[in-house]
Amino acid sequence: MLAGLGIFIIVEARGWEYLGPDGPGPGFFPLWYGVCMVALSVFLVAMSFAQSASGAAKAVDWREVGRALAAWSGLALCLGLLKVLGFLLAFGLFTFFLVAVMYRRPLGVALAVAAGMSAGFYLLFPLALNVGLPVGKLGF
Amino acid sequence: MDVLGYILQGFAVALSPLNLAWCFVGVFLGTVIGVLPGLGPAATIAMLLPLTFRMDPTGAVIMLAGIYYGSKYGGSTTSILLNVPGESASVVTCLDGYQMAKRGRAGAALGIAAIASFIAGTVGVVGLMLIAPPLAKFALSFSSPEYFALMCLGLAMVVLLAGESMTKALLAMLVGLWIAGMGTDLFTSTSRFTFGSAELLDGIDFVVVAIGVFALGEVLGNLEVRQGPQMLPVPKGLRNLMPTWQDLKDCRFAFLNGSVIGFVIGVLPGAGSTIASFISYGIEKAVSKHPEKFGTGVPEGVAAPEGANNSETGGAMVPLLTLGIPGSGTTAILLAAFILWGLRPGPLMIQDNPALFWGLVASMYIGNVMLLILNLPLIPLFAQILRLPAYILYPAIFGISIVGVYSVSSSLFDAWMLAAFGLLGYAMRRLDYPAAPLILGFVLGDGMERALRQSLMMSQGDLSILVSRPISATMLFLTVLMLIAPLFRRANAWRVKALS
Repeated sequence: MLAGLGIFIIVEARGWEYLGPDGPGPGFFPLWYGVCMVALSVFLVAMSFAQSASGAAKAVDWREVGRALAAWSGLALCLGLLKVLGFLLAFGLFTFFLVAVMYRRPLGVALAVAAGMSAGFYLLFPLALNVGLPVGKLGF
Repeated sequence: MDVLGYILQGFAVALSPLNLAWCFVGVFLGTVIGVLPGLGPAATIAMLLPLTFRMDPTGAVIMLAGIYYGSKYGGSTTSILLNVPGESASVVTCLDGYQMAKRGRAGAALGIAAIASFIAGTVGVVGLMLIAPPLAKFALSFSSPEYFALMCLGLAMVVLLAGESMTKALLAMLVGLWIAGMGTDLFTSTSRFTFGSAELLDGIDFVVVAIGVFALGEVLGNLEVRQGPQMLPVPKGLRNLMPTWQDLKDCRFAFLNGSVIGFVIGVLPGAGSTIASFISYGIEKAVSKHPEKFGTGVPEGVAAPEGANNSETGGAMVPLLTLGIPGSGTTAILLAAFILWGLRPGPLMIQDNPALFWGLVASMYIGNVMLLILNLPLIPLFAQILRLPAYILYPAIFGISIVGVYSVSSSLFDAWMLAAFGLLGYAMRRLDYPAAPLILGFVLGDGMERALRQSLMMSQGDLSILVSRPISATMLFLTVLMLIAPLFRRANAWRVKALS
């Protein structure tokens, strides 16, 4: 993946001026770090192959990764809902999801934490600190 | 004006009621986040950064610095009571601190940690006060080639010492350089890596990257497991937290060792408090009359690393404030904070902003006293924070992160970028890529490119300008040496293995 990113950087950098009359152009620096990225990625891939051949590679706990990705998906859904529901509702739903689903707390507890959290954010940011929160179509 | 005059002026700034309050808020928050495992000072400073934009820069820097050194005090609590370091610098404290707690001496261990932190923290500030001004004067002679070489040296040290794999650290740093390069080129106005998006023309905001990689990355990592570790009983009452005279006598050299080692390591970019605490512990063990007892619960095993990780903060401020070169993820965020407030850490920082610099130094003396007072009698109270359920703490961090990013630009695009960087931070953590080189590459990327291009403009494209000036040549030589030395070591290990 990083090798791909390195190639992308090199291709893009080649489209910009490398060395102009006033000195190095916008393509100078990216070209060099792109080259380094490709070289290091290839080296890393070779090392991982050598490691997996000797049986030293670490096993991945997909259950743990799944929990983290589920939480991230919840966050992404919350961000997607910000425009429609506004911060207070979308964040309340996200908190409810984290408490009830990720931490398996009773629904009553999850509801109380979600409501408390949204209320706390409303009191702290817009009211106390005068910091605006994303507003949804419902007007809050 | 001499140092004494300046520091008195600094105390006048730091003792103003508002700055005193910010200092207290900083050290209190620092202790709290130090106590909480899985939430480090870098993540906290990144999350709070947007809220400081409307503050007076002096008050803001006093508060953020308070979080930084305050977290070092709090980190020992979880190491001693849970055998889980509150932050990476407290890893070594677990070795003897937890053993002392298991033998019913948790109070003494916590007390020694607080006293060592106070002594070393104060020594670190004295070092900062005495070394920073002459170093800044010396750095006034630096031009673009020296700055480029200095940034290379700083990045090389961070890469060398961050994480287990230097290749991964280098790649993380290159990704940081790439992210820094997004947006409009300063010299030619060419759009780079913007993917046709108008939102990316100004580049990616530092707050988005820092909060995403540090705060969200850490929280997502902590969400992998549902259960937390079990805590040992917390000692109650000040008497139970005081070490005995014999403990203090045993620790007298450890206090000194931790203070000196921590400061010296702190001044070197990239080394950081974790390495300082390991080295200090190693030295203490090596010179001890009973090295075999280390790891079984000796007070020196707590005093030396705790001293080192606190003294390191004073040392780390030296390159940050005088050269504009941060040595760790946390100081990189502090550097970005200075830039966002319109200040430019570097050789002219002390000269142009004496009230801020000396106010900060004085506030660090005051903050250390506050931390000693807070930490000795209130440790049982801080330990109760560990009982705060994760299902309340983590949603709050998510919320503060979103609001923090949104408050800077009022842009939902930045909120999405935050989520993307959170995923990147988590993936890096999972795949053992250190985050500090990425943040440093990101913070220094712009300046590094500018310094390189200005150097080449000065020499009409001749790269030899970088090696024809003595200071830049020395720094670049050290950079290359640092990057190739591990390769020689590895090649030698392979050769020995092949021969045997």
